Amino acid sequence: MDNLSNYVLISAILFSLGLFGVITRRNGVAVLMGVELILNSANVNFLAFARFGGMNMSGHVYALFVIVLAAAEAAVALAIIINIFNNFRTINVDDVSELKQ
Amino acid sequence: MSNLESLKFFWPELILSATALIAILSDLIYERKDSHKVSFWAIGGLLLTFITIRLFGGSSINGLFMGTMALDPFSEFFKILIVLSTIIVMLMSFNSSELDGYRKGEYYTIMSIMAFGLVMMTSAIDVLMFYVAIEIVSIMSFFLAGYLKRNPNSNEASLKYVIYGAFSSGVMLYGLSILFGLTGETNFFAIKNAISQLGPDSNLALILSIVFILVGLGYKISAVPFHFWTPDVYEGSPTSITAYLSVAPKAAGFALIIRFFNIAFGSNSAMGSDEWSSLNSLPWPFLIALLSAATMTIGNLVAIQQQSVKRMLAYSSIAHAGYMMMAIPVMSQSGIYGLMIYLFMYMLMNLGAFFVVMYVQDKFDGENFDAFNGLGWKMPLLGISMTLFMVALTGLPPTSGFVGKFYIFAAVIEAGNQYYWLAFVGVINSVVSLYYYIKVVRHMYFEGERSDIVSLPESKLTTSLVLVLALPTFFLGWYFSPLVEWANNSLNFFLGI
Repeated sequence: MDNLSNYVLISAILFSLGLFGVITRRNGVAVLMGVELILNSANVNFLAFARFGGMNMSGHVYALFVIVLAAAEAAVALAIIINIFNNFRTINVDDVSELKQ
Repeated sequence: MSNLESLKFFWPELILSATALIAILSDLIYERKDSHKVSFWAIGGLLLTFITIRLFGGSSINGLFMGTMALDPFSEFFKILIVLSTIIVMLMSFNSSELDGYRKGEYYTIMSIMAFGLVMMTSAIDVLMFYVAIEIVSIMSFFLAGYLKRNPNSNEASLKYVIYGAFSSGVMLYGLSILFGLTGETNFFAIKNAISQLGPDSNLALILSIVFILVGLGYKISAVPFHFWTPDVYEGSPTSITAYLSVAPKAAGFALIIRFFNIAFGSNSAMGSDEWSSLNSLPWPFLIALLSAATMTIGNLVAIQQQSVKRMLAYSSIAHAGYMMMAIPVMSQSGIYGLMIYLFMYMLMNLGAFFVVMYVQDKFDGENFDAFNGLGWKMPLLGISMTLFMVALTGLPPTSGFVGKFYIFAAVIEAGNQYYWLAFVGVINSVVSLYYYIKVVRHMYFEGERSDIVSLPESKLTTSLVLVLALPTFFLGWYFSPLVEWANNSLNFFLGI
């Protein structure tokens, strides 16, 4: 378990699951969960590279910044979804299509 | 340079963030009906930022804040463009009746924060700053797109924006993490040194990371195939915000693309055909040229079919991103300053066009072509200005749009015969775009009843704002050498690093 390729593999799996979630889920909150998986897969990468690559601290710092930004993004996204629910009575992203395609 | 020492070169950004804080605090003091007064603080702060950018201009320092930000005339050019467009959009928002009934204080606060993020984007030279700046801009623009929270269209725009935006910045972050793993560095200059020592077995990972990074950057400038959010978001957002989104983030996105690819993957200092030398595993310039051709073609072909002028302008902004992208594969000096000139002209004419659309939408309650019927006779000033903006967006002489296009096309042709096809596609597209831009003019002058009631816009602010945008659009088509010189000087400093 203690080598780089395991962690990079996990992060690749997380990334693919996130991608899959964003593409297949129609529920607004589930799509956001997919996005969070993608962000965290990048975090795993940063930490693994910083730990095993013998690199400087910037990988750890980077992961901290990503966590903060992901929280801010999730807050705004959830506020938008609540607003959507108030106006449309649904959070299915396919039903929210008043604008012309 | 250490953090404390860097602060004294950081005045414009400090003033901009102070502006945002003062705007928040002053919003607490004003009552609901007075909350638009926050804009005076915001505009005042932005003017002060503008002055400090000029005061601290001219110097070139490459390692502010432990090597995460650069201060150079190249970023200064883009900062001025961004601050100017923010001020113009704030003035536009005074007249917007869409925003009536909402508390406006937050609107101006969020716009100042977004301007701060955009300014950071133009000067980031570190992967961390790159990502943080892009996220500041994205999160604030999700907010602004959905600002009309009782309006379903605005809701939908912000939902689509947040899903596409969060997704593509996540993918970009994954690409950046691979780049970090390959090189072990976060500073662009250090990344370049590390990449030059990579062996051929890391080519695949490098390609993957660049493709992922291009997803995020392509989304910011709405390049095909990452453009799907653009028409819906532009149509649903408040028109003033649409105008802002179509100009400022695009300018900052191009600044970031140029800086990132030029420093991290370029040759040592001079720009030229060997610009992409450290990325020889794939024909990158050709692929980006292909994307650029696809962007302008799709933007133009879909714009033709639109019924709504606002949506038509959204597709036209995709097409313009395509023209500007022509400079990226070439990456020659003349290409980049052509792009800078184009962006400046594009700011004036696009903000102007959206301003007229906003006015028509407020007064005649519609944004379709029919709402423009007879406008040229009813309001000669708006009619003439809109005609001018449309001609400039097409790129016909003697307007500033022609000058911008001329410099970009000249740079593409100068780059050699492998790019002749790109210039050809660009010219064909400009001809196609004439159709839908002139359609607006046709509706203004030849459709509907011709009324003899001639009126000016009732507010002086509207009249002066239209003139402020229309006069430079016209006169920069005749006398553009100061602008060209400014862009060229900004670039020379950048290359002299």
